[in-house]
Amino acid sequence: MLRPVMTWIDERFPMSKMVREHLTEYYAPKNFNFWYFFGALALVVLAIQILSGIFLTMHYKPDADKAFASVEYIMRDVPAGWLIRYIHSTGASMFFVVIYLHMFRALLYGSYRKPRELLWIFGMVIYLCLMAEAFFGYLLPWGQMSYWGAQVIVNLFGAIPFIGPDLAIWIRGDYVVSDATLSRFFALHVIAVPIALLGLVVAHIISLHEVGSNNPDGIDIKKHKDPITGKPLDGIPFHPYYTVKDLFGLVVFLIIFASIVFFAPEMGGYFLEHNNFIPADPLKTPPHIAPVWYFTPFYSILRAVPPMFGSQFPGVLAMGGAVIILFLLPWLDKSPVRSIRYKGLLFKTSLAIFVVSFLLLGYLGLKPINIWGQIGGADVATLVAQLCTALYFLFFLSLPIVSRLDRTKAEPDRVTS
Amino acid sequence: MKSTLIFLSFLSVVGLASAAVGGHRLDRANIDASDAESLQRGAKIFVDRCVSCHSAASMRYNRLTDIGLSENQIKQYFIADDMVKVGDTIKSAIPASDAKAMFGVLPPDLSVVSRSRGADWLYTYLRSFYKDDTATTGWNNLLYPNVAMPNVFSQEQGVFSAVHSMSGLSLTVETEGSLTADTFDDLMLDLTNFLVYMGEPAAEKRKQIGSLVIIFLILFAFMAWAVKREFWKDIH
Repeated sequence: MLRPVMTWIDERFPMSKMVREHLTEYYAPKNFNFWYFFGALALVVLAIQILSGIFLTMHYKPDADKAFASVEYIMRDVPAGWLIRYIHSTGASMFFVVIYLHMFRALLYGSYRKPRELLWIFGMVIYLCLMAEAFFGYLLPWGQMSYWGAQVIVNLFGAIPFIGPDLAIWIRGDYVVSDATLSRFFALHVIAVPIALLGLVVAHIISLHEVGSNNPDGIDIKKHKDPITGKPLDGIPFHPYYTVKDLFGLVVFLIIFASIVFFAPEMGGYFLEHNNFIPADPLKTPPHIAPVWYFTPFYSILRAVPPMFGSQFPGVLAMGGAVIILFLLPWLDKSPVRSIRYKGLLFKTSLAIFVVSFLLLGYLGLKPINIWGQIGGADVATLVAQLCTALYFLFFLSLPIVSRLDRTKAEPDRVTS
Repeated sequence: MKSTLIFLSFLSVVGLASAAVGGHRLDRANIDASDAESLQRGAKIFVDRCVSCHSAASMRYNRLTDIGLSENQIKQYFIADDMVKVGDTIKSAIPASDAKAMFGVLPPDLSVVSRSRGADWLYTYLRSFYKDDTATTGWNNLLYPNVAMPNVFSQEQGVFSAVHSMSGLSLTVETEGSLTADTFDDLMLDLTNFLVYMGEPAAEKRKQIGSLVIIFLILFAFMAWAVKREFWKDIH
């Protein structure tokens, strides 16, 4: 029954060929560990966001007078509307959790190294799109944090010399964040960025399947192939092995996801900020404006750099640079080995300092700058943020030297478990 | 295993949340979302006293069926105006322009006030009014200094005045109210309970469904694990 149908399709569309190339005969290293769940999970979260987003769009009103109330309408009057909304708001934060862990995996095992540079670049562009998507989406509930967060971030563009002020007006479509801004952010959030994201994800996966997956040992599994079949000895077909393994990972992830959706949707004010339950008021600036947690490391970097010549631009430049520098990673790492398993103490120390700095920056970005008091007239938190900012950049800038001086161990010939 | 621990420590950093509110110490509101009687009493106080000035534009009267009231009871005890239908949202009794003229600001909509302020804040705020002749309304509030709202419960609570001392302002009774301090606190607890319910009417249902979903997912996880182990038997 099924075979004639498949034959009919295959004569017109390379269905079986695609299934073979990307699933049943795509050979992935057999030694994937915990860190290798997050790529597949990111794909699932993307699907969750698109699906829940479609249903939210049916009921949401992108109108400054109605937006806030329409979200509450979804929460109360739309059947299961609260569920869809919480899935979407939790999904936004969990997307970043998954992506940060996915990126960290690349850092651990050198997954960005040749020949995977373009794969890494596609991934970084996805990350940029995701930040844009999150930023546009966060304005839509039209609460105080939505409004003032957007105001602050658009003003950053205003700090760019010469073109800044006009650029900021062009982005907002008005002199302040207003109904015009809300409408265009809605369009960008539900159409423009998702289309770009989908295209980039396809490119990311195609280039992954072209070069093959890296693994925790960072060695090439194609070096040892079965002389008869030509299959990599340390590779196993993605389907069924990794589909069943990822299914298990997915269910565990969904337990965490559902625990948040059903029992802590605000996540203590980190996923849904308390002040965002106050409708946007252009005349009342909240005393403390903090972005959502996934932006706070970069926000900290922005705040840490003092204004120069009366301009915020140096801070904006540092913040942008902190993201852009990640693109260069494949060319900064000169180590003879890919994986952290075979790297030396120097690199491991450098990476540990980087991780601590990044987390500290993230924490400080959530807090007002006076939380740790003052020393000699300067805020302690700001000094710490400045130190962490320096360490953040130092990790990348010193990487060419660190990776050369590092005492690496010999890579094994075949993958270890 | 090691990597799992790293992941968990990552999560705990994200979860390092302590809701520290600067300045005034908040009293703990021991509310019980499953106590239908408390919610009903709170709803009654809300429509009788708060709705004179405040609206709850996202809340429909007939949603009160959630807390065990019938539509007839709602019509009979909770809706004073015959023009208001049971499916309508809760609007304030005075027009916005009058309210603005009276208090200088528009009394805020209270639909989701509990979600921005939190239960403890509301419970403390409602019990922190004191007499202040320098204020326009004659009232001030310890938690929210110079708030435009008068103490609408002075009959029940009594009248307090503020005393300056080394540790800041504190309140003393000037005139006794019709209720004892404990009874009044209970009344405010009911009101707080209702405001929290109104902030998210689906909250109880959310937790009920959530338990079932988690149980299902845990069973599913065991099955998925078994399938994975079966498939991976020959991979060494």
